[in-house]
Amino acid sequence: MGKYILKRILIAIPVLIGITIIDYVIMCIAGSPLEMLQGPRVSEAAVEAKAIAMGLDQPIYVQYFVWLSQLLQGNMGYSIRSYQPVSSMIAEHLGPTLLLMGVSLVVSLLIAIPAGIYSAVHQYSKGDYAVVTFSFLGSSIPSFFLALLLIYIFTVKLGVLPSSGMTTLGSEGGFMDVARHMIMPVLVLAFSLAGSNIRYIRSAVLEILQQDYLRTAKAKGIGRFKVIYKHALRNALVPIVTVIGMQIPMLFGGAVIIEQVFSWPGLGLMTMSAITARDYPVIMGVCLLSAVVVLLANLVTDIVYAVVDPTISLD
Amino acid sequence: MKKRNKADITSESYLQTVFRRFKRHKLAMGSLIVVILLGGAALFAPVIAPYHPDEIVGTFSGAPSMEHLLGTDQIGRDVLSRLLYATRISLLVGIMATLISTVVGVILGLIAGYFGGVADMIIMRFTDMVMSFPYILLVLVAAAIFKPGLWSIILILGFVDWPGIARLVRGNVLNLRETNFIKGNIVAGMPLRHILFSEILPNTVAPILVYATSVLALSMLDEAALSFLGMGVQPPTASLGNMLNGAESLTVLTKQPWLWIPAGVVIVVLVMAINFIGDALRDALDPNSKS
Repeated sequence: MGKYILKRILIAIPVLIGITIIDYVIMCIAGSPLEMLQGPRVSEAAVEAKAIAMGLDQPIYVQYFVWLSQLLQGNMGYSIRSYQPVSSMIAEHLGPTLLLMGVSLVVSLLIAIPAGIYSAVHQYSKGDYAVVTFSFLGSSIPSFFLALLLIYIFTVKLGVLPSSGMTTLGSEGGFMDVARHMIMPVLVLAFSLAGSNIRYIRSAVLEILQQDYLRTAKAKGIGRFKVIYKHALRNALVPIVTVIGMQIPMLFGGAVIIEQVFSWPGLGLMTMSAITARDYPVIMGVCLLSAVVVLLANLVTDIVYAVVDPTISLD
Repeated sequence: MKKRNKADITSESYLQTVFRRFKRHKLAMGSLIVVILLGGAALFAPVIAPYHPDEIVGTFSGAPSMEHLLGTDQIGRDVLSRLLYATRISLLVGIMATLISTVVGVILGLIAGYFGGVADMIIMRFTDMVMSFPYILLVLVAAAIFKPGLWSIILILGFVDWPGIARLVRGNVLNLRETNFIKGNIVAGMPLRHILFSEILPNTVAPILVYATSVLALSMLDEAALSFLGMGVQPPTASLGNMLNGAESLTVLTKQPWLWIPAGVVIVVLVMAINFIGDALRDALDPNSKS
């Protein structure tokens, strides 16, 4: 077990280094930070002097190591637009995004786990078809279209829910206000997540229901309820752990679009405005952060999986 | 009766078997018809579209009428004609992006799976790296760097989508390499190209095909999202995503639903139909499935 965990961590390290290299290369392709300096009033000599001051005259791999050592000290560079440090910009916007992602993940699991189990237990019944169709709808509807539909219904027609922001302007905010602003974004994110989750959980439970030990449990005559809830569910929890791990990159991606539509003041909205303004240090900072989070999430999932499931082969 | 059925099955070709199994899925058969109809309408858009998609032919933001079945947009272009051309563009983006990512994924997967060792290590770690970046973020960054447009969108989606296929092919090749018929080929001294492309590849086509349908559905969704955000297909060329772009304005959203609801519905219907077909294909192509 210890050996397996060690091996997974050792594999993750080159991937992590590779991620920083890709990130740096993309940033270099995207353009030199000197471009914004150029203009009729800036002489070429001044640009050159600035380039030397910024270390841009060094070979690219030296620049990479300088950048990396800065990164390790927590310095992710500065925004081209606001001159704020990228790390503090990210820290400022991280909270709302984590709140949105966390609640959406929980809601999607609250929908997907019962629906997936129901549909597996009642395989090929009308209810099963309804659940599967619902899950296909969830993964086929573009999140921004669903968001627009919800805004159309709940904000425009019924006027019951706010369509943008995290708190009402001018008000204190408070728990209820934030919750009201969260309903629609969470619904949209949870709906699309539940779409894939349901099918995953359904097939996981189906597989478990065919196992010999469940046939034994049924043959003992302990009743359907106990068979499903005591024997099947406990084993179905293992694949559910991986579902949560798989969702992290999806959540990050989904948040970008959803936050844009609902003007949710999180990382996604910040990234989108950085992208339209071509503020590359900010964009790449967010990319790097999310790639590292995804990598860590995968690592933790693999380790938890190995701990929970004793039958997994550890080679 | 029973006997005749059996005789039918033994004499049928592989494709007939697949189609017979596929037909059992009523939703998928319906989806196939929907895709053929929508695809046909998109393909023949120049013939069936009532107006030119980029020409101003009516009043500004006119409501649906007999002349313009789905109304006209903000600058007086016919929405139905634009919708037909948009479906054409969105399908083109989806299909081309899927083709590119499938080719890249298959080649990398074949190399990693068959040769193993260092090549496998490098390719799989690179796959891990690409997969670690949140997909949409990577696409958005690429769209910000390169000039947005039809072909850059196709290339971006194509070159970001391949890791899943590469992993799938690699896994299949690893299994196949251990089978006796491949070992026999190696012992017989068959050329490498023959083993890879005539022996191994045909045996992994089924799962690749199933996976490709989901990539197709995903890349159509991504094209829509990108174009909606203004980073994808650029106007005046209509795509299903950029037709929805107008709904960010409050007047369009509240007062002119014909400008954004039809495009959204077409995306949902198309993507859902493709997903249903993929699901039925998975079952029909699975050699272990019953009957």
